[in-house]
Amino acid sequence: MALIRYAHAINQALSDAMSADETVIVLGEDVAQAGGSFKVTRGLVEIFGVNRVIDTPISESTIVSASVGAAMSGLRPVVEIMFMDFMTLAMDAVVNQAAKARFMFGGRTSVPMVVRTPHGGGLSAGPQHSQCLEAWFAHVPGLKVVCPSSPQDAYSLLRSSIEDSDPVIFIEHKGLYANRGEVDTALKVPIGIAKVLREGRDVTVVTYGATVAVCLAAAEKLSRDGVEVEVIDLRSLQPWDERTVFQSIAKTHRVVVVHEAVQAFGIGAEIAARIGEDAFDELDAPVIRVGAPFMPVPFSSELEKRYAVNAESVIRGLRKVLA
Amino acid sequence: MKSQKALAQSDQLITLYKTMLLIRQVELTLARIFADGEVPGFIHLCIGQEAVAAGVTSAMQQGDTLATTHRGHGHVLARGLDLDGFFKEIMGRAGGICQGRGGSMHIADMRLGIIGANGIVGAGIPISVGSALAMKLRKTGSIAVAMFGDGAMAEGVFHESLNLAALLKLPILFVCENNGWSEFSRTEKQFSGKLNKMAEAFGIGHRMVDGNNVLSVANAASNAMERLRNGEGPSVLECLTHRTRGHFEGDAQKYRTETEVKEGLERDPLTLAAVALQQALVPSEEILKMQAQIEALVNTALMNARQDAPADFEVAVNDVYTPVEA
Repeated sequence: MALIRYAHAINQALSDAMSADETVIVLGEDVAQAGGSFKVTRGLVEIFGVNRVIDTPISESTIVSASVGAAMSGLRPVVEIMFMDFMTLAMDAVVNQAAKARFMFGGRTSVPMVVRTPHGGGLSAGPQHSQCLEAWFAHVPGLKVVCPSSPQDAYSLLRSSIEDSDPVIFIEHKGLYANRGEVDTALKVPIGIAKVLREGRDVTVVTYGATVAVCLAAAEKLSRDGVEVEVIDLRSLQPWDERTVFQSIAKTHRVVVVHEAVQAFGIGAEIAARIGEDAFDELDAPVIRVGAPFMPVPFSSELEKRYAVNAESVIRGLRKVLA
Repeated sequence: MKSQKALAQSDQLITLYKTMLLIRQVELTLARIFADGEVPGFIHLCIGQEAVAAGVTSAMQQGDTLATTHRGHGHVLARGLDLDGFFKEIMGRAGGICQGRGGSMHIADMRLGIIGANGIVGAGIPISVGSALAMKLRKTGSIAVAMFGDGAMAEGVFHESLNLAALLKLPILFVCENNGWSEFSRTEKQFSGKLNKMAEAFGIGHRMVDGNNVLSVANAASNAMERLRNGEGPSVLECLTHRTRGHFEGDAQKYRTETEVKEGLERDPLTLAAVALQQALVPSEEILKMQAQIEALVNTALMNARQDAPADFEVAVNDVYTPVEA
């Protein structure tokens, strides 16, 4: 199997989806001639032409709303928002329009669209180009939210997202684009199914996105001390795979939830609360969260290094839950 | 003897008049039952603006789409929305066109190309742009119509939409119902631009018509849509009209003068059309007959809605996402 980069896996998924279904279109700022800010859509316009790979003006609100209208009129748009921070400009389109159309129009329409957008820091991109805002979207009924950590999941989850009848926020990570991995284009990954990446009997780590690698590194380190950590990559945040998580807790009885996003009011808070409500009897210790401090993502490398979740902060969390 | 042309015109006028009568009768009925507490939430009536709804939709064809506004009852009724489903929706019943989940501000019917009324000012405009994009790419030959009020001119998405529609040469008609009011404020105090100048800035054609003269609206819409269907790119139709009621029902309208309200009533689109019908020698008994028929239709729909079951919570809560086929 070919070893391909995360960014290329997304490109391949777009290309394969467009070949398979002529109603799939790609639109966004600089996605055609320039091939996208992170070159994810490179080459698509040469294959599919300017009618299906559309360079749009810098009008986030309107291009996402137009995707809603196009989705209700027979297309399957995949719209790129260059940085997740810019989703703020398209919130009406996503929250009031895309998420609600099916429900408020009596279930008589669906909005099969995907918003692709990269989150995450580590590049000194500063407070307005580094945020992880996925919890906002997971909070809105009507949206699905996915966040793949590997080229394989990026490929397969994007195919599933494009085939989905409902709007999907497809979250990529700028720091993962260059990572290589094997990709089997025939492999299906349904939305809502997590993956156990490392089995362990002592403690469960639930995570997603770029912190998957961080947690695997932490697990490796603790393994040398005889502590076996089970690492679950959620892959989908809305819906999230409660079954896989709860099965793991029934085995380990200890949980740490880890994400790059700000810890307060985040995905981890929801997962911890659900575990507290529905799996309390299984727990031998309180659920611990590891996330970013409550501050904007800082610019300087030194500041950002202190801000970011890393293997050491994950290990601190693990030791706390194991104590 | 009337000429063929005069006959055709009086037939067109009769059809348009009936549509306006239906809208007026529905809105008056809603005003009454809202005051009686039979309608949950709040409603924005379009009394005084019926000619825009009737005129614009009369030029639309099957396959065209229509995005409308919070003041959108007239538009969807003129487009042929089922009257029973309409009343049931507004009254929150199970049989509502949106199963009682949307209400007055969120009426839609995909079968008729009605891609939604909208509770967010201006939000239907970019959705309509996307619908026009789909039509262009799918080569359906259809067009998209975006209805909006003059208040929406100040929304950023309108400016963005004009730009995108012009760039991609999309088959979309931007219809501004200019009633002079942005909710509770005069639009000239809220917006320093002019619609014709905005359209011009983006290289889009603009036409202004008397929005209370239903034939003028119908003819202007028909001409504009013909150009859209020929692939000539977007255009703007500005219809000058008058909002007879408040922003919403129950609005005391202390911000308005009596003279201003009265001036509008003097140019009531239904009265103007009735005068035109008499000039076209349509007997007044026929006009009265139309009125009685429509009154009966509306009363029946209201009675049916009253008897319908309330919207079902279990159905609603399980229908947030499209069911996945097992």
